[in-house]
Amino acid sequence: MTDLRETYDVAVIGAGPAGMAAATVCVRAGLATVLFDEQASPGGQIYRAVTTSPVKRGTVLGADYWVGGEVAQEFLASGAHYVPGATVWNLTREREIGISVAGAAHLLRAERVIVATGALERPFPIPGWTLPGVMTAGAGQILLKSAGLVPDGRTVLAGCGPLLWLIAWQYLNAGARIDAILDTGANRAGAWRHAPPFMLSPYLLKGLRLLLAVRRRVPVIANVVDLRAEGHDRVEAVAFRTAGGAEQQLAVDNLFMHQGVVPNVNLAMAAGIEHRWDDGQLCWRPVVDAEGTTAIAGIAIAGDGAGIAGAEAAQAYGLLAGHAAVRALRPGARGLAPEAAVRARLKRTLRGRAFLDAYYRPAEPFRRPARDTLACRCEEVTAGQIIDTVALGCTGPNQMKAFLRCGMGPCQGRLCGLTVTELIAQARGVAPQEVGYYRLRPPVKPITLAELAALPKNEAALRSVAR
Amino acid sequence: MSRPDRHEFDVAVIGGGLVGAAVAWGLARAGERVVVLDEGDVAFRASRGNFALVWVQGKGLGLPEYAAWSKGSSDLWADLADLLREQTGLDVAFRRPGGFHLCLSEREVENRAHMLARLHNQPAMVKYEYAMLDRARLKAMLPPVGPEVAGASYCPLDGHVNSLRLLRALHAGMQQLAAAYLADHVVERIDHLDGGFRLTTRHAEVQAGKVVLAAGNGNARLGPMVGLDVPVRPQRGQIIVTEKVAPFLDHPVVTVRQTDEGSVMIGDSVEEAGWDTTVGAGVVSAMAERAVRMFPQLGRLNVVRTWAALRVMTPDGFPIYQQSVSCPGAFVATCHSGVTLAANHALVLAPLIARGDLPAEQYGVFSARRFDVPATA
Amino acid sequence: MFRRLPDANAAMIAVTIDGRAAQVRAGDTVAAALLSAGILASRAADVSGAPRAPYCMMGVCFECLVTVDGVGNRQGCLVPVAAGMRIETQHGRREAGR
Repeated sequence: MTDLRETYDVAVIGAGPAGMAAATVCVRAGLATVLFDEQASPGGQIYRAVTTSPVKRGTVLGADYWVGGEVAQEFLASGAHYVPGATVWNLTREREIGISVAGAAHLLRAERVIVATGALERPFPIPGWTLPGVMTAGAGQILLKSAGLVPDGRTVLAGCGPLLWLIAWQYLNAGARIDAILDTGANRAGAWRHAPPFMLSPYLLKGLRLLLAVRRRVPVIANVVDLRAEGHDRVEAVAFRTAGGAEQQLAVDNLFMHQGVVPNVNLAMAAGIEHRWDDGQLCWRPVVDAEGTTAIAGIAIAGDGAGIAGAEAAQAYGLLAGHAAVRALRPGARGLAPEAAVRARLKRTLRGRAFLDAYYRPAEPFRRPARDTLACRCEEVTAGQIIDTVALGCTGPNQMKAFLRCGMGPCQGRLCGLTVTELIAQARGVAPQEVGYYRLRPPVKPITLAELAALPKNEAALRSVAR
Repeated sequence: MSRPDRHEFDVAVIGGGLVGAAVAWGLARAGERVVVLDEGDVAFRASRGNFALVWVQGKGLGLPEYAAWSKGSSDLWADLADLLREQTGLDVAFRRPGGFHLCLSEREVENRAHMLARLHNQPAMVKYEYAMLDRARLKAMLPPVGPEVAGASYCPLDGHVNSLRLLRALHAGMQQLAAAYLADHVVERIDHLDGGFRLTTRHAEVQAGKVVLAAGNGNARLGPMVGLDVPVRPQRGQIIVTEKVAPFLDHPVVTVRQTDEGSVMIGDSVEEAGWDTTVGAGVVSAMAERAVRMFPQLGRLNVVRTWAALRVMTPDGFPIYQQSVSCPGAFVATCHSGVTLAANHALVLAPLIARGDLPAEQYGVFSARRFDVPATA
Repeated sequence: MFRRLPDANAAMIAVTIDGRAAQVRAGDTVAAALLSAGILASRAADVSGAPRAPYCMMGVCFECLVTVDGVGNRQGCLVPVAAGMRIETQHGRREAGR
């Protein structure tokens, strides 16, 4: 990577809508701006493959997806230094960034860092969820968008949340077969008190159209309270029970699961940014102000990584974070978009989120699974084992991790952390905030020893290991 | 797990790490009623950040009694592992295949050889087998070593263990023996009362006939409350952990070992950094480079975790075991080799504390009085 | 398992999968290419040896680990296929040096 500089004015991490918007704003204001992203092309996950998708028919993926194409084109034309295929494995309080690209690690610094690493799927632990053939709904969507692949054979979608319905609609548009949707949403009555703003939001009509289109063509089984994936070497059936109902079974070749998305906190937490438990979204959110500024000087978070709000909001937040960086580094800069309009749009976009969060709140049995369910896929630790360490005196995930290795695998808790926090909270009878989360450190994504070995070292570092 | 307000115990152990848990387990086995007061989920906890070696070679330059103490613990370690497995069902994977200290240059080889010669020439130094190996002999014993390794020192008494499972086994074991464990009970104050001690924490008061300070770097604050001076300071050590790989290294090397789970641990730095446990890219890089020079096949492995922990370091690096004179019944036990010494702590030290006395002949040399500057100096 | 939409065609390139010659679609990631070729389980779990297959397709689950051009434990969903690439599913633990 010969043209990578050692310092930049602004480093943006993540090429989703927030990251692209932030980088575009910064480079246009004259700041030396670099954007790192792990994927080979821009768009993040929500606009995955928007510049390269083989799915050319606009009606399959829907207009909301293709909007991302414009954002991406603007970003690609902006002049920001775009580094695709780059893994960011570290971010320090002093804004030193460790990246790995084309098999080599590099360290660089920026005056301002905007973390836009977005979201990932909420863990959905059920018995058998590690069987081949069980995937997230997001995974199915990525295969569709980036490779034009749709499931073949008997296919069931399970869970709750807008994305589940979106992928069902996209699959149907593409001519794929869906045998059933198992809806795990529960306690919907409580959501309706948030309804008024939702009624005025753009979500309502879009959501309804989508839902009706799917329900016309796919059997939907509501009030699913129990789910199991069954099979020997791959998923062969999904067993389920509805509230007050008997157990049923559907033979499947593909099972897609989804119960919402949550912020991908690993880089932000490893950088030392404080996070707090949000009970409305049932996840950890960074402590930031309206422009994404954290308590660490020069580091901001924009987009779904700061709290789930969707692509349009992410783009607005990215722009606001970019503006804040520009104002800090080029106080007299002109040409920034008028913020009143952006904030008004953002307000409209956020209207109705509370309703969606409540209406699609993931149900308790799927956040705190039965004892014999695997909570940690990497180290194969069950929910029961985790609960039992509380009896042994563990008050939180870190002591539990030391005893069970749960959370020590390569995913670094991305697929088990929330489950663990909630299980321990319930076993102790305290709030998740009090239980806390894994203590995360670099590398937040794996990097080879050889790459690490080749990084620059100062005298003090060499002395500290001399024997 | 109950939260009592007042309790009567024979011994209160402050600190639930490897030292505290080993002592508490040993005390419980000796029939004492024990309570362990520990910190919460996020604490400095040297025990979660160690290299898991049960190590003898090279120890004791300046205090030959420490070499004997370390060897004695290593010799007892198999017994500790067996007792824990019988009692809790947990296998802590103790192995003593012999260990190596690898040298990456002729100068390192010479330094090592000289140091070991001085060590073993000390009067009253315990005798045990060790060898300096040239490259040819080393390669025959440890085939995976890379071409840059110039030589090594080897000792058949060196080994390693799964130290996290050890901590878990000690906790499970001590609770099976009815020891009480109070997490999130940082001791704020110790009062010496008639016949015992009252420990005050945020949540409760605990009374016990004796108290053992096993709180690592926290001992510096607690010691004066019971008339003990415990000059410990934090010394940072960073460690790298790789993904799991097929077994390729069954001998521990002092800075590289493959765990029983399959991951490779690489350490460890020695830094005076106060209480800062931030992982630094430069130090991690330096450790990675040495490891890859020792075993080139490690280069492609992915690092999945790093951490920095704070060793509990005395001015000379040797342990402090001492009973307070002004507050008899108050003991301190602190060291930076809680894994190696776990067997002695559980099976030798704990029974002595139960009896109420550390014989001066064996333990006087480990007293913190050795740090007192003589008046005439 | 998965089938390609008819209009999603692109150039095909030659690779090997577990030593056998295969044609994969240019632009696919290794994980997508394996699924498209009908290979579901790409490795065995570290602890139990149970078969594992891609779960998230976005680089956070670490289930899609495969050996690419002799280097083990690559996240298949993050590696685009290239002509002549040697792709191997993984059985048992990675060997140090591979």
